[in-house]
Amino acid sequence: MEKSYIIKQISIFSENRPGRLAAIAGALRDAKINIFAFSIAEANGFGVVRALVDRPEDAHRTLTDLGFRVSFTEVIGIKMRDEPGGLSDIASILGDTGINIEYAYAYSGKGGRS
Amino acid sequence: MGCWNPKVEGMPPEELRKAQYTLAKALITRVYERSEFYRQRMKEQGIRPDDIRSLDDIQKLPFMYKQDLRDNYPDGLFYASKDELVRYHVSSGTTGKPTVVGYTRNDIETWSESLARAFASCGLGRGDVLQVSYGYGLFTGGLGAHYGAERVGATVLPTSVGNTERQIELMQDLHTTAIACTPSYLLHMGEVAERMGVSIRDDTDLRVGILGAEPWSEQMRNRIENWLGIRAYDIYGTSELSGPMFTECSEQQGIHIWSDLALTEIVDPETGEVLPPGERGELVVTILQKEAFPVIRYRVGDITVMDESPCACGRTHPRIRRIQGRVDDMLIVRGINVFPSQVEHALLEIPEVGRHFQIVVDRKGALDTMLVRVEVSEEAFSDKITDLMMIRKTVEHRLRSTLNVGAGVELVEPGSLPRFEGKSKKVVDRRSL
Repeated sequence: MEKSYIIKQISIFSENRPGRLAAIAGALRDAKINIFAFSIAEANGFGVVRALVDRPEDAHRTLTDLGFRVSFTEVIGIKMRDEPGGLSDIASILGDTGINIEYAYAYSGKGGRS
Repeated sequence: MGCWNPKVEGMPPEELRKAQYTLAKALITRVYERSEFYRQRMKEQGIRPDDIRSLDDIQKLPFMYKQDLRDNYPDGLFYASKDELVRYHVSSGTTGKPTVVGYTRNDIETWSESLARAFASCGLGRGDVLQVSYGYGLFTGGLGAHYGAERVGATVLPTSVGNTERQIELMQDLHTTAIACTPSYLLHMGEVAERMGVSIRDDTDLRVGILGAEPWSEQMRNRIENWLGIRAYDIYGTSELSGPMFTECSEQQGIHIWSDLALTEIVDPETGEVLPPGERGELVVTILQKEAFPVIRYRVGDITVMDESPCACGRTHPRIRRIQGRVDDMLIVRGINVFPSQVEHALLEIPEVGRHFQIVVDRKGALDTMLVRVEVSEEAFSDKITDLMMIRKTVEHRLRSTLNVGAGVELVEPGSLPRFEGKSKKVVDRRSL
């Protein structure tokens, strides 16, 4: 049961300038890889694009072949109720058990997952 | 390793300086008498041979530049007569007009002597087979190594450059023990040998490489030595010095400059001011026994550091460190001399970033800014911004301690930096002065 929570996220190094996200997204589109969710973490001058995709291995290969710097990171996907207190419930459980959240992003999928 | 000329190579430094003064005095007197060009230059400076009363007085003499050789093409600088000359060499002239250098019988002698001493200091002598894979012909490398090796009693295999497979066959069949070539050619040879099913380490008697004629690094030395199972020594010489060439000794801690053949100074490339030992600057060389034409306070354009401390090998002659760049590549950032090669060396020591880089110099108000753009290596790329920020900080610290001037660091995507060598793309100077 526990295993199903772990998702392979791909992280892509990107310079902070116009067109870089488009280049990444375009490459995934051409490889017919669907992006479920993504976020951009930004530092001065560069950033890391993190994405959850339907075929992480293929995405990794496709982007690496194009010269992108790509890595896998294991993240936990948690389904959240779409109502007041949904986030609070989950954050409290993690906080109470001493698990730190490095980063998080939310998306609303077809099944209403987050 | 045993000295070829123990009396000279182990001469106490004080005596060596006296010998240098005697040779320098004789040189200046001879040149003033015979060289129209240098006499004129001395007159412009208001200096006569009588004014040279100590070795330090050499600093009063005017410099010579590569441009002088070009301006006087082909042989306008020569003061030796045609019947005294026994050889010409000509530089390729890739960066301008070709330059012609000439040699008297003695000039060839001192050239051979310098390399006989050098080769002996690398442990070469009778019984060795030296494969000379430097170009023979107008280039000075091939024939220089050739004469030096014969002088020291080694057997020369004059393969020159090219036809690598044949070179490897001969290396095996004639039991080559040492090779003189560029470091990149030796690496190429190693690769070709492997494709032929030959391991230079296991299937040949090669044990020494005399490598130079192009810039290389300590990292490259380690790679060559570990891969090919040899000791690799740095050799230094340029065609314009038209004579002595120098190598490291068995200690591999700098290149011994034979003081009875060459007087070296390190100067500030901007002001020409002589710098104390240990400071980085431009190498200036006077060839003390040169006869064909003057090589006096010649501005070689190579950047290095002089080391006058005693060498563990027992030779008393000072050493220069591995050449660290060319004056032409030098940048001045906030008054500090910066060489792209320093950045390159610093980056080689940081596994988190690749070896390619670009330096962008700009000016904000009155202040110069320097930005070094580097690529994060595949192994080091982390999903975490904090890790990447840490890499940037590491590079910034390393650059600051190497360059003595602060530089910003920008992490860029792999493959986005220029791959080819050369200053033009490695350095972008946006300052409009």
